Amino acid sequence: MKILVCIKQVPDMESRFKPNGSGVWFEETDLAFRMNEYDEYAVEQAVRLKEQLGDAHEVTVLSIGPDRVVEAIKKALAMGCDRGVHVQDPAASLKDPWQIAAIIAAYARDKGFDLIFTGMQSQDRGSAQVGVTVAEDLGLPCTTTLVGFAYDNGTITAKRELEGGVKGVVRVKTPALVTCQLGLNVPRYPTLPNIMKAKKKEIEAIPVGDLLREEARTATASFHPPAKKGGGIVLEGEVGALVDQLVGILKDKTAVLR
Amino acid sequence: MKALLIGEYREGKLLDTTYELCGFAAQLGGESAMLLVGSEGQLPDYGGTLYLADAAACGEYNPDLHKKLILETVARENPDYVVFVHSSYGWDLAPRVAAALKAAQVSEIVALADGGFEVGCCNAKMRRTVKPATSKAVLTIQAGAFPVTRPGGTPRVERLAAEGSGTLEFVGYEPAEAKGVDLTRAEVIVSAGRGVGKKENVPVIAALAKALGGELGASRPVVDAGWVDHSHQVGTTGQTVSPKLYVACGISGAIQHLAGMKKSDFIVAINKDKDAPIGEVADVLVVADVLQFAPALTARLAK
Repeated sequence: MKILVCIKQVPDMESRFKPNGSGVWFEETDLAFRMNEYDEYAVEQAVRLKEQLGDAHEVTVLSIGPDRVVEAIKKALAMGCDRGVHVQDPAASLKDPWQIAAIIAAYARDKGFDLIFTGMQSQDRGSAQVGVTVAEDLGLPCTTTLVGFAYDNGTITAKRELEGGVKGVVRVKTPALVTCQLGLNVPRYPTLPNIMKAKKKEIEAIPVGDLLREEARTATASFHPPAKKGGGIVLEGEVGALVDQLVGILKDKTAVLR
Repeated sequence: MKALLIGEYREGKLLDTTYELCGFAAQLGGESAMLLVGSEGQLPDYGGTLYLADAAACGEYNPDLHKKLILETVARENPDYVVFVHSSYGWDLAPRVAAALKAAQVSEIVALADGGFEVGCCNAKMRRTVKPATSKAVLTIQAGAFPVTRPGGTPRVERLAAEGSGTLEFVGYEPAEAKGVDLTRAEVIVSAGRGVGKKENVPVIAALAKALGGELGASRPVVDAGWVDHSHQVGTTGQTVSPKLYVACGISGAIQHLAGMKKSDFIVAINKDKDAPIGEVADVLVVADVLQFAPALTARLAK
């Protein structure tokens, strides 16, 4: 079985963001990058499936972006993926979800992957489009938002997370694509021996120009902070004084404290 | 301008989010039509044209077939926009329709913007203004971002026959886990977020909840990490609450969490990050390390 897992490298979401020179995305200076959280679940599930099936089965991890994304690929290799693919694109942040999906589909089209894992969305763009669009482009069945996954003899039993804690159980035959939701599993931390082993694994580099033939279908006009709605009180200072101020406000404004 | 609104129906019920699509269409202006894979017995309060397929016959989750029905309707109505709610139904189906139409998709719209649409990004900390570059566009709107609008009237129903199966086999629904804690009845909820740092710190938040006479709540990451049981989760996939006082401890304020608590009467957020999106809904934002502030507040309340 050939398995592909697609990952994105994103900034730490605790960061402060400001527009870059283009005005349509964030300034990268001073940001720390890591693997998109949703994709960690995708990598973990792909590696678990390989562990279930045996060593003859192979997991390829793919990421698109500038050279820094190799770090995310290395992490996935240390988690247990077998080989990496780096689609080199310094301008990946300017591509729209349709183009990103087209790049992945162009890579995967003639490779005969039985199963493709993606995160359900990225933490930075959050379009939730890429996985499903790759599946449509490749003509693969696809289901999304997985919080449960089981594989047996060519059939996936997936548990989709719906609103209000309800889940939907779906069966689909491979080849297929699934998108992973937070909580699907518990992603492992790479161990030191596995980090060392990963250094020997191959990372194939492919220039984006070899894969992308599609024009963007959306344009970003601006990137900016939300308009402040105001009204809220912001309290800053020393903890003891903050406690006094808050207790005063709660006594004044709520019936909870008397 | 014409919008085709894709209504939502699950477990035999028309979902209220369908009316948020009407709220969006009202802001957009122009005409609309609606498509619903639902039932004759539960028609929406919508006076326009309703394309109706029978969910009992085509399945509530059968994206291949639903896509086919939508494309058929698009061919008849020729809308400028096909609009979904950004939900487990909408984000699953919308890209399939966009791919088939070779149309732009704009996801999780929070507002109309000059010549385009405003969407959230970077975990709701930032916004982008996005413009479709194709003549038709597929849109998903953020749940809760547009007002629930019941246009009223009786729809003019155009029945759609659905044929064929699909590549997915829907097995069934699993109900939400039995709620150990009914947060919807709590007058005070004190919730722990990722900012509490580790599982061992959760009792600090639980102690504050007790001192305020309330219940412990939690954000999704804390539940996923196993620090707090799912029965305490507040948000889209947990419980939707509206207590008299909600205290968010170390919660940045992801959309899914905000949707579950923003109707609380009074909201206090304790967060180190002054720019955290939770500040958008908070009546009071205390900029502090929750692990210092919460114990100090608990001690003060005990006096």
